[in-house]
Amino acid sequence: MSLWFWLMVSVVLAYATKLLGYLVPAKVLANPRMSHVAGTLTIGLLASLTVVNAAASGTAVVLDARIGALVAAAVALLLKAPFLVVVLAGAAAAAGLRLLGWP
Amino acid sequence: MKLRDSPAARIGASIAIATGLYGVSFGALSVASGLTFWQTMVLSLLLFSGGSQFAFIGVIAGGGAGVAAMSASALLGIRNGVYGMQLNALLRPTGWRRFVAAHITIDESTATATGQSDPDEQKRGFWVAGVGIFVLWNIMTAVGAFIGDALGDPKQWGLDGAAVAAFLGLLWPRIKAFQPAAIAVVCAVVTLIAVPLVPAGVPILVAAVVAGLIGWFRHNPDPGHDRDGLEADIEPYPSDAGTRLPRTPRRGERRGEGERA
Repeated sequence: MSLWFWLMVSVVLAYATKLLGYLVPAKVLANPRMSHVAGTLTIGLLASLTVVNAAASGTAVVLDARIGALVAAAVALLLKAPFLVVVLAGAAAAAGLRLLGWP
Repeated sequence: MKLRDSPAARIGASIAIATGLYGVSFGALSVASGLTFWQTMVLSLLLFSGGSQFAFIGVIAGGGAGVAAMSASALLGIRNGVYGMQLNALLRPTGWRRFVAAHITIDESTATATGQSDPDEQKRGFWVAGVGIFVLWNIMTAVGAFIGDALGDPKQWGLDGAAVAAFLGLLWPRIKAFQPAAIAVVCAVVTLIAVPLVPAGVPILVAAVVAGLIGWFRHNPDPGHDRDGLEADIEPYPSDAGTRLPRTPRRGERRGEGERA
């Protein structure tokens, strides 16, 4: 129930943000500094989400099979693999390491 | 010009197929994170912005609260507002089209439109990519959610590893210069330090604040660096071949053609 609530808030905010760009006169938001902040926010959030999903377990930092997934994904990206292949490489590395007994 | 003869429509269609396909990973990861099938579908149908959708489920998967998931998702969506301004200036949609255009304003549709120089081609590219991705992304999300449900224990299949790879894959194309790389490293370190200190989900917001402050105070007015990291996820095409076809645009004649894609 509570998850549905925050999910719907996210939905409304996402659409409102997109629409704002179309409705607000360009002068109000067409500020290079705002664009720059939107860009750095995106990078910071994605970097943080990568780390949390790779190494956090609740409030502990752990080293488990997900680190292998991170390395495998980085290698796939260096080889210019398409997104879906990168995701599959991550899954295969984590699943494979668990088969070998890593947590 | 028929839609299938338009270079922008062709680029839009190929981006739609490539992007739509990875909706399968979102669907599977979302149900593995604990969301229901319909919660997953609502995210793809109504929120419809890959980065924000992955952020929402990424926070939930890490044990974060709904409010933290919402905040991460909303902050990642800010760039769509910036895209909306650019597209409004380029495409000038009117009436109901403006509300539909807003919904399909994402990295890929913006990249397809801004990669074109002719106004009619910008329109075709935007609508074909946006509508095409919306349809395929939602179909593939449903497929992924069904598969995810059927797989059982998500860890056994490495789905948590797939999530890590997905986030790195979303981040990667934005790291093209020193500054974005430095921001990514700083935010990664800040996150690692924050994890043991604050509740789950909050480290992502701490990193967001740090990234926002860096962006605000280290803003370089040199336009050459202005778009560092703001570029969309996918290069619409490797070169600008085919973008400058000699033709006489007859404006208004084919207005809205793209919607029929």
